Parts: sequence; C-alpha cells; structure tokens
Amino acid sequence: METLRWLWRQLTSMRIALILLFLLALASVPGSIFPQRGTSPLRVNEFLKDNPKSGPILDQFYMFDVFASPWFASIYLLLFISLMGCVLPRAVEHYKEMRSYPPVAPRNLSRLPVHLQWNSNTTVEQAISETQAAWNKRGWRVRAGDDWISAEKGYSRETGNLLFHLSLLVLLIAVGVGGVMGFRGTVIVREGSGFANNVTQYDTFTSGRNYSADKLPPISFKLENFISSFQRGGQQNGAPREFYADLLVKDDPSATPRAFRVEVNHPLRTSGITLYLVGHGYAPEFSVRDASGNLLWQDAAVFLPQDAGFTSSGVVKIPDTVPQLGLQGYFLPTVSADFSNGPVSEFPAADDPGVYISAWQGDLGLDSGMPQSVYRLDTKNMKRIGIEELAPGETWRLPNSGVTVEFTGYRQWATFAITRDPAKGWALGAAIAAIAGLSLSLLIPRRRAWLRVTPAAGGGNLFEVAGLSKTEAPGLADEISHLANLVNTKKENL
Amino acid sequence: MTVNETLAQASNAMVYGAITAFTSSMVAYSISLAKGRRLETLETSAQRTNSSHQVRMGSTDTLIKPAVSTSVSVDGDLGEGRRAGNIGLALTWLGAILLGLALTFRGLSVGRWPLGNMYEFSLAAGFAVSLVYCVMSLSRDLRWLGLFITIPVLLDLGSAITVLYAESAQLVPALNSYWLLIHVAAATVCIGAFTVGAALSGLYLVAQAAEDRITNGLAPGRSAAIAQRVPPADRLDLMAYRIHAFMFPIWTFAVIAGAIWAEAAWGRYWGWDPKETWAFITWVFYAAYLHARATAGWRGRKAAYIALAGFGAIIFNYFIVNIYVQGLHSYSGL
Repeated sequence: METLRWLWRQLTSMRIALILLFLLALASVPGSIFPQRGTSPLRVNEFLKDNPKSGPILDQFYMFDVFASPWFASIYLLLFISLMGCVLPRAVEHYKEMRSYPPVAPRNLSRLPVHLQWNSNTTVEQAISETQAAWNKRGWRVRAGDDWISAEKGYSRETGNLLFHLSLLVLLIAVGVGGVMGFRGTVIVREGSGFANNVTQYDTFTSGRNYSADKLPPISFKLENFISSFQRGGQQNGAPREFYADLLVKDDPSATPRAFRVEVNHPLRTSGITLYLVGHGYAPEFSVRDASGNLLWQDAAVFLPQDAGFTSSGVVKIPDTVPQLGLQGYFLPTVSADFSNGPVSEFPAADDPGVYISAWQGDLGLDSGMPQSVYRLDTKNMKRIGIEELAPGETWRLPNSGVTVEFTGYRQWATFAITRDPAKGWALGAAIAAIAGLSLSLLIPRRRAWLRVTPAAGGGNLFEVAGLSKTEAPGLADEISHLANLVNTKKENL
Repeated sequence: MTVNETLAQASNAMVYGAITAFTSSMVAYSISLAKGRRLETLETSAQRTNSSHQVRMGSTDTLIKPAVSTSVSVDGDLGEGRRAGNIGLALTWLGAILLGLALTFRGLSVGRWPLGNMYEFSLAAGFAVSLVYCVMSLSRDLRWLGLFITIPVLLDLGSAITVLYAESAQLVPALNSYWLLIHVAAATVCIGAFTVGAALSGLYLVAQAAEDRITNGLAPGRSAAIAQRVPPADRLDLMAYRIHAFMFPIWTFAVIAGAIWAEAAWGRYWGWDPKETWAFITWVFYAAYLHARATAGWRGRKAAYIALAGFGAIIFNYFIVNIYVQGLHSYSGL
C-alpha cells in the first residue's frame, strides 16, 4: 500500500511527467527514420529484403510499427495517467476556489511589488462600498472587510490550463475511437469503369475492430473522365500541375446519378464516408486474337507508374489459350528517342504513347491455388517468345503461333481512398478547445489587488492600493494604478 | 498561368539586396557590441539573480515578488556602441523590407502565395525572423540582440540561394489549397519567433555561465565577453520565456491547421508522416520547456537546453526531413 502510494506520487510528479514527455519525443524518432507499415508497407518489405540480418531484429522491436507498438502506447498511457493524476485534483481545487473569496488583505501593503498611497477625507464606509462595486464591475472577484478590500482576477488562467489538458485526453480518445470504428480502403478505377461500395471491390481495405463490412453505405460511382496536366519546360519540367476526376455518383442504387469533380484538396463527402483522389496512371488497351481472328482478350490493363516520367509497368494474362500466354512490359506516355537506358518515358503526359512488351508462353501458374499479383508475371514455367515496341494502332504477330496482339490505345486510371472516421469531429473540437485553453493559460495572468484604509496621522484617511501577480505579468503596474483611480475619493489630496 | 519572368528576376535581385543589407547590418552590430558595455556589472547581476532564486525556490504556486523588477534599466545600454547599433537596426529593417518585396514579387510572378518550395519557405522564414526582431525592437531596445539575429538569417538566406534555389513555377496540385497560406504561414511565423527565442535562450546560457563563475568566486571566463554586452541572465530568461509562451499556442495552431489540411488532402488528419512526427517532437519539446520552467530544479539552465532542443527539432525537420526523408511532405522543389 505504502509502495503504491509512493508510486502514484512519483507518477503524478512534474519530474516524471517531464521525463515521459522526453521519452515520447525520443520514441517517435525511429518512426520517422524507418519505413512504417501503416503508411508505406511496400517500403517496409523492401527494407526487410535489403537488410535480411538487421531487418527481422528491428521488426521484433516494432521499428516498422512504432506508433502502434506496445512500448509507444505504454509511454503515452503513462503520460496521460500522470496528467490526469495531476489535473483532476487541480480541477477540484480550482472549482472550490472559484466558489470562494480571495483571502484577507495583508497588513502591510507597502511591501508588495506594486504599491500606491494617498490621503483623502473620504470616509471608510463610503470608499469601501463604492470601490467594491467599481472593482467588481471590472471583473474582479471582491471581498470586503471593514477597512480593506481583497480582489482577484485571472481565474481563467487555471480554467484554460485545465481545459487544455482535458482536451488532450478527449483528443486521444477520439483518435482511438476513430481507429476502432472507422475504415480505410483504396481502389483503382479506370476511365469508363465504375465502383460499388463493397469490400470485394477494394484493392486494399483495413477497418477497425468494431467496423463490420456490411455497414458500408451503398454508394457507387463511375469514373467518366480523368484530367492531368504537367509543367512543360523549366527547372521543374514534368512536375504535376493539375489533376481531377469527373465522377457520376449515386448515393444509393435507386438515386439519380449526380456529377462530382474530385480533386486533390477537394474530396467527395457523402453518407459518412469521404472519397479522395490519391493517385493516377495509365492503362494500355490491347486486343489479343487467335490465328483465325477470334478475340481471346480485350481490355485496358492497369500499369503502375515507376518514375517521374510515368514509365509504367504491368502485365496481361491470357489463360484461355494452349499454351497459356502472358504479356509483360512497359507503357511509355512519351516514348524517348534514346533507348540506351532501356524503355523510359520522357514526359508524364501522353504526348507520344507507346508500349514495349515481351510475350511469354507456358503455364501462368494460376491453377496452383496460390494468390498471384495482377501486376507480376510468374515466368517460372514460361518461355519468352519475343519482344516488340508498338505505337497505338499497331499489331504484333507473335512468332511461332498465329496469335496477334493489337495495341489499340490507352485509358487513364485513378486511385481513390475511401475513409470513414466517425470521431474526427470530436478530434477537431478537442483540438480547438486545446488551443483556446492554451491561449488562456499562457496569456492571462492571475493577479490580486488590495485596498486598505487607515486613519492618517494628520486627520483624514490614508488610502493604500497594492497589487501582485502569481506569474510574470507585464502591465501589472498600469492595471493597479487604474484600480486606484477607481477608488472614488474626493480629490482634495492632503 | 504562365510565369512572369521580369517579376521573378526582380524578386531574385531583391534577395541579393537583402543579403547585402543583412551582411552590412551584421558588421554594424559587431562593431556596436565590440564598443559597447552595459551599465550593470556582472557582479550585481549575479547577486540579484541569486537572491531572487532563493525567493523562488519554494513551491511553484506561491505568490512571490517578481524575480525581475519591472524597472531594470540595463537592457541594451550599449554605451559607446549605440550609434553602430542604430545603423545595424536600420539595415535590418531594410533587409526585412527587401525580403518582403522579394516574396511579393515572387508571388506575383506566378499568381500564388510564395510558399511552394524550400527556396520560398527559406525566404519567408528569413523574413519572419527579421520581422519578429524588428517589431519587437519597436517597443524595447534590442540592438544587443541584432548580431545573433542577422547570423541565422544570413545562414538561412545563404542556403536558400545556393542549395535550395528553385525557379519561379506553379504549384503541385497537393499544395493548391487555401490551407497552404494558413498552415505554412503560421508555421513560418513560428519558426521566425522560435529562432529569436533560441537566440535568447542561448545568450541566457552564456550569461548564466558568466554569472555563476562570479558567484563561485572564479575569474570571469570567456563567456563574460558576451555576458557583459547583453542583459543579465534573469532578464534574458524571462524574455525567452515570454516569446516561447506566446508562440506555443500558435505552433499548436499551425500543427492542427496542418492536420485539417491533411484530412482534406490525404484522407486522414494524422498519419505519422515524418514531417508530422517531427512537428510533434518539436511540440513536445516546447511543451516540456513550458512545464520545466514552472518546476523547481528544472527552471533556468535545464529549461533553456530543452528550448534549444525544440529549435534543433525544427531545424532537423526543415533541412533533414524535407530533403532526405521520403514522405508525403516532399515539396522541396529539389
């Protein structure tokens, strides 16, 4: 019991709070140095592949999940316990203080940092009652005795301080609730294609423990048109300048479709979800026919951009031929005249598109039951039968098989992120309250003022006004002299 | 929208003008400091600081006499160096105005706010530092601080024109939002004021070291050379506290404005992107500073080191994270 009490006292001490703050800062650092699964899972895999020795050890210490790690959580949970252990008693204390009156005026006011005095014939009773009213009107909490007044102002300093710390707690809870009750998914949609809000349609989908997939709102949309433009010329040649996606949105299956333009800083918000444009790329269109001209495959295949010039790589799998057929290669929006660095696009806009593909024959491995990436060809049981460069409209007759591949053109695609975070309003409210509390607690000084009236040696009364601030408060002297002016004595100063 | 080359070049000329002004101002401040001494001796400062520390040692919340009397008249009394200090201050104003014009022309040349890449951030940060200093100079004598302001401004502008330079150009779509102005401008003003705060905390540490040597009966060491030319340690500490306390809510606002923007642009308000992580670390350091300054055993020197660590996190976030760390905030323009 004794130890527990000692531990609690330690935990709620400012020293431990400071140390926990440092630990929190220190613990965040690896999260900015190592790639994190939460934001860039692909880079984590790359890191593990490049560092087969140190990678798994780092992984054991959650270096790739720093902000979801038990040790990070234990630091901030301890910090919040410490904070509450400190703030809650202070809140009770402050509540009592708000309902009580300032303490009796000290006997000797001349020892205080701001002190003014003068003589007047005004009577004690009159001066005290009038001053009490005047100071009170100025927002001071006033307590009056027979010949003295105590006043205090700036309670909102502590109110702000408590508001700030409690807001941080609400913010932490809102972040947690948002994680548990929300979801985030991404999906690639090609121009002319659509999406219906269903878990099976997502490319990636993560949801909190308490979010069940059948609660997804039944919205759907079609990507009508995607526009992108890039800087031409100058030092920043090829930098993105504009992109947006024109959608036809249906908020539920029976609704009439409405047009909506999604841009980078302009998401679609509907039915509690938010839809963002997060990426884009090209999908070359192919028509593959057998020797007698029957269509084997016809579609636009999503190719993933590899560099700033949008050199995009991808594959096409055609399982319905014997032997099976695979195409692997690059789509170049602007074909470079110089192939010395391999197939590389010169510019991200589709000024002079072309594909550079190799054809593979054999077993695609689709029947093995193992899940396969749609962007990669498993060439273990395949043989390359040729490489060709095609411009739009060109057809390639594959060697030793009557199959033809026609590169008919391209479409653009866009990646959308769809998220739901039911607690984000709470987080915003808490953040705003935190700033308000912080401003009050750092900018408003808590100060006290006193008036004492004593009979003067030569007749009449001696009036003394003094002031004191708990914190370094610039302008205290001015404020106190203003209060002294409010003491309505007859101005026949003796 | 095309780029107006005439305005872009005028902006570059203004930057070089500002660098010339700040360099001359730095020289003037150096001369001023070399000539000047303040009136209060180190011995008096050391005594006063010690006695006030004894008063303050109790609990954090008792009503106390302010450690620093409001009538201290030792600030910036550079004596012989006053005239050179005036020239330095006038040149700092000139440099700030030229930088302001450089930013205006840069913005007009592309028809947007000039906060789109690291070159422009650096110009804005240099402008913010010098403007905060100049505005503070209006109500108090800060000529003694000028040298310690012009040096970081010149380092900032020097790196801007050499390694960070980017031609005037349009924005990448992610930056195309009114939050650019709100979030980046707030962060830039904070960086400016925190630079002034760091200079004050650094000077405080030097002055405190000199006063401590005297208290301990040692000969005033090399730190005395600087300590004799700036206000006493307790005064520096108070000034540093005031600027940090004033800026901390604004820094909080800058981070939250960034979170609101991130929600609109990336679909989440906080994602531990490296830039966000370091903004958080900075915030934690300054929060620790404000707490430390109200905690017995931590105020004074330890608190000042924490404030400097916060500024170190800002610098790391700006130069290291922006340029070398892969993340969503990759707008350096390099």
